[in-house]
Amino acid sequence: MTHTDLCYASATTLSGMLDNRDLSAVELTEHCLARIKRFDSQLNSVITLTEEQALVAAQAADQRRAVGEATPLTGIPLLHKDIFCTAGVKTTCASRMLQEFKPPYDATVVAKLSAAGAVTLGKTNMDEFAMGASNETSFFGAVANPWDTTRVPGGSSGGSAAAVAAGFAPLSTGTDTGGSIRQPAALCGITGLKPTYGRISRLGIIAFASSLDQAGPMARSAEDAAMMLNAMCGVDSGDSTSADVSVPDFTASLNRPIAGLRIGLPREYFGGDLDPDLAAHIHKALSELEAEGAQLVDIDLPHTRQAIATYYVIAPAEASANLSRYDGVRFGHRCDNPVDLMDLYERSRSEGFGAEVQRRILVGTYALSAGFYDAYFKKAQQVRRVISDDFQRAFSQVDVIAGPTAPSIAFHHGEKAADPIAMYMEDVYTLSVNLAGLPGMSVPAGLINGMPIGLQLIGRAFDEQTLLRAGHCFQQRTDWHTQRPTLAGTSS
Amino acid sequence: MSITPADIAQVASLARLKIPEDALQDVTDRFGRILELVDELQQVDTTGVDPMSNPHDMQQRLRADEITETNARERLQSVAPAVDQGYFLVPRVID
Repeated sequence: MTHTDLCYASATTLSGMLDNRDLSAVELTEHCLARIKRFDSQLNSVITLTEEQALVAAQAADQRRAVGEATPLTGIPLLHKDIFCTAGVKTTCASRMLQEFKPPYDATVVAKLSAAGAVTLGKTNMDEFAMGASNETSFFGAVANPWDTTRVPGGSSGGSAAAVAAGFAPLSTGTDTGGSIRQPAALCGITGLKPTYGRISRLGIIAFASSLDQAGPMARSAEDAAMMLNAMCGVDSGDSTSADVSVPDFTASLNRPIAGLRIGLPREYFGGDLDPDLAAHIHKALSELEAEGAQLVDIDLPHTRQAIATYYVIAPAEASANLSRYDGVRFGHRCDNPVDLMDLYERSRSEGFGAEVQRRILVGTYALSAGFYDAYFKKAQQVRRVISDDFQRAFSQVDVIAGPTAPSIAFHHGEKAADPIAMYMEDVYTLSVNLAGLPGMSVPAGLINGMPIGLQLIGRAFDEQTLLRAGHCFQQRTDWHTQRPTLAGTSS
Repeated sequence: MSITPADIAQVASLARLKIPEDALQDVTDRFGRILELVDELQQVDTTGVDPMSNPHDMQQRLRADEITETNARERLQSVAPAVDQGYFLVPRVID
């Protein structure tokens, strides 16, 4: 394989090569590390590179392969979003608040993937505390989209998406509270899956909004995402909201035909506001699934618009509670020379948090404060149920819901940074899925002006299998997921 | 309902944040736009609808009341800004 072939080989292919001894985990790891070191100055997708630990893990993976104790992920390199706690390795959440934080333990997701033998290359850039849709709120600077470095990669898992799109690693982890896996996956032309709420343990994932947060795989195909998801799921005594449900083999059902699958198209997603080019691409993508025997059905999700308002009460409210732990006392940033305890709290927090994080803390504090709780927080929780009921009703008619992942291609740096509302609209198609706790996936479905767009597939609770199957079927018929950006200084 | 800089200063104080005087008007303006957005909630009739706090209406699991954690004080305090003899240090609270 040539250099380029190797960096864009699928995790599934690489796993086979490692199995056949065509390649060692150490060679593969060195290859990925070299590519990151050579090209990440263009993207800023990685905050911390863990080179030494990666090579030790790769050696262990090779030994494990040699004695026949490998899993499919043994020796496969990956990057973790810098929201996942990694024992002894800086975990910043892209915030000044946690700039020097080295967690005393691993997140369950990190522990599970390491136990499967995956090789952690480092930690990826993100919007600060996962609050953003452009990766511009990071304390460590914005991330560039590998397809056009003047544009954003999306967010909040923007570093993870850009890195996988740039061939730095075949896999990365992301988290998704309102679209933070799916939207950057769409904008960078990769495959990203947000599983059902509770499917994956949240232990050791730095909390943003606890009733919405969910981790998931980011990869270059549904097949690779399935392989990675297999190693991430399961109930965890350390997270009482992790679901005690059986975990299927997500790889096993990938090739089952989709004939007869009923796919719902919400009228609200395809209405007058949708960009005509984007609409045409999504319809073209859906016709591919139709050609495999899927049936397209018009449906209604009548409270799509109000989902934005609901989300921007619930997520900030939960964030304001979660982020109260950063008090300058137990861990994280502490201001210099506090005069008293209140000064310690206020200055540590004001210095440690960026503008968007502070804005959301303020909104959340307001929504939870005496006199406003019923009008905002309780009301939002009621509308959340109404939105969830809309999905339940739709899923009595269809098996999957489909539409665009994001309302446009990646925008330019700074284009939406001044207006929080414009940025919030980026997640109009994704955040209702978090409110309802459902699984959602984005697969590459075309290019507009040379920039990728994503098709979103939404499933019933705990039915990631159907999403992966439909995504895989689509990727057998199309080659959007194999399109590559060109980085400066490479032929690919 | 419009929100004033004084309201924002009060909310900031509840949130233990300090907003510089010269930024207060800007923060208030942006906050006001977000409030206009979230006011769309009021369009939805939620009479008789139970609030949803967990998307699967999941109940907290119970477990036997047994010790499962070992003492990890030193490990956990290793990341604290200031500790002494097992205590977190803060500025003097009582004179």
